[in-house]
Amino acid sequence: MDKTDHAAYGFREMDELAARQSPVHSLHPLAKLITTFVYIFVTVSFHRYDLSGLIVMVLYPALMFTVSGIPVSTCFYKLRFVLPLVLAVGLFNPFFDREPLLTIGSLGISGGMISMTTLMLKGIFCLTASFLLAATTPMDSVCAALRKIRVPGMIVTLLLLTYRYISVMLEELSVMTTAYKLRAPGQKGIRYNAWGSFLGQLLLRTMDRGQELFESMQLRGFQGEFWYADVKKARMTDYLFTVVTVTLFVLCRRFSIAVLTGSLVTGGAV
Amino acid sequence: MIRFEQVSCEYEKGKKALDALNFEITEGESVGLIGANGAGKSTLMKALLGLLPHTGKITVDGLMVSGTNLKEIRKKTGLVLQNSDNQMFMPTVYEDMMFGLLNYGMSREEADKRVDEVLGQLGIKELKNQYNHKMSGGEKRMAAIAVVLAMNPETILMDEPTSALDPCNRRIVIRTICSLTQTRLIASHDLDLILDTCSRVILLSGGKIAADGPAQEILRDRELLEANRMELPLCLSGGYGTAHMNGLRGHSQFEDGTAGAGSEVSPISP
Ligand SMILES: Nc1ncnc2c1ncn2[C@@H]1O[C@H](COP(=O)(O)OP(=O)(O)OP(=O)(O)O)[C@@H](O)[C@H]1O
Ligand SMILES: [Mg+2]
Repeated sequence: MDKTDHAAYGFREMDELAARQSPVHSLHPLAKLITTFVYIFVTVSFHRYDLSGLIVMVLYPALMFTVSGIPVSTCFYKLRFVLPLVLAVGLFNPFFDREPLLTIGSLGISGGMISMTTLMLKGIFCLTASFLLAATTPMDSVCAALRKIRVPGMIVTLLLLTYRYISVMLEELSVMTTAYKLRAPGQKGIRYNAWGSFLGQLLLRTMDRGQELFESMQLRGFQGEFWYADVKKARMTDYLFTVVTVTLFVLCRRFSIAVLTGSLVTGGAV
Repeated sequence: MIRFEQVSCEYEKGKKALDALNFEITEGESVGLIGANGAGKSTLMKALLGLLPHTGKITVDGLMVSGTNLKEIRKKTGLVLQNSDNQMFMPTVYEDMMFGLLNYGMSREEADKRVDEVLGQLGIKELKNQYNHKMSGGEKRMAAIAVVLAMNPETILMDEPTSALDPCNRRIVIRTICSLTQTRLIASHDLDLILDTCSRVILLSGGKIAADGPAQEILRDRELLEANRMELPLCLSGGYGTAHMNGLRGHSQFEDGTAGAGSEVSPISP
């Protein structure tokens, strides 16, 4: 399959993942949304040298993957285009920050190395958490949940349309690349002098299709409300999940679990 | 009742896609809309739903097509788009059908029943939980028709309902259209379909009405049709070998004796 084709397909596949059944899937969208937000907020707020504190945050995605039955490999496969960008962010830290922070044997580890690692981990954790939200909750339910907490309809509609837009754009991209290739045999990729018109066409076609899609939503009574999304009443489990996870996140941020457990083992001599 | 008074529509300044149209469609009438490519059929349908700006006056059941009436008019009127890719935006056929029903306040149980009923009527029950991006062109078309019929609108507009359909599905759609009692406006190049489903035909040409009258009259008028880039319906022209039944000489043979559409294929001489 074509690379872009695969991307479009993969995007729609999120809907399929989200339609599966598991304890995580059946949680209230709002519960997952809040938890994800807090998780991202807490993760990002760790100090750049606080690697041992940050490491603990891996537990949340690990648990979610296990319970939801969504394979970790699927996640990283889908994120493979975004991850390199996130990883690239911290790449220069080791050059700027050379002061050794700790030494293992005779090997000095600089602050830059550590801050690079934390930055990368933060990126990976946040992406993974967002992925898990998207893969266990249909987009329409997320939107409906946002409306429930009074996020303006305009913003939520925009979010939904952006989400749908991306898949439409990827579809158009794949159609256009195929059409191009069929008439440019033996050419690798798209020749640079066609890029301008190609991109312009892509945007126009996406806009056109996006508009018609939005029109057909309007024709069927869409007015910025998500009546149709199946949002159940929150159950005790949903409250419990939210409270417990959020509390744990905050605790992880306040106290260094790694250091605490370490001190337990070594008898308090930190 | 639908009423057009001096309706014009233009996409670009000075280039009229619809040009001073005047006509009326009474309740329960089934009207075929025919015309060459680019004659303005799709434009007319979109204007009727207020999706395109127009000059002149369009009314649906006495309501002007503009501003605050749009909601009411769109609720009464269903449109099957020419491009079914743009018709559906939810992940599955089922969710797509529920979308409109729930938006207009139907209860989940009722909507569920309605969905099954329509899918059964069209003989596509097996598509119910199919993902929209995993269907063939014709399957999408059937689903798009189902999506609109489920809403049970008072007026049904169909833009090329049978393009991409296999003969069997085409039959089913024709049978379904005939069984409806609502006001119907059907745009198609499939003149046999129009002959089977419509009592009246409006022929568009360059955005103007070239003819408006009983289907049996207009669709038998070979001169008029050919002047507008169309041909007699196959069942009238004898293209399917029915000529011996109705005594009409087919146009499957051109004046100069060469084979035309529908006639036996003669072997190509080397
Ligand atoms: N988005 C657009 N922007 C500019 N011009 C358009 C647009 N859509 C249609 N037109 C023009 O308006 C005219 C009528 O188009 P329309 O789509 O209504 O034709 P149609 O009768 O539906 O044709 P077909 O049988 O091919 O579907 C055409 O001349 C076309 O070039
Ligand atoms: Mg058209």
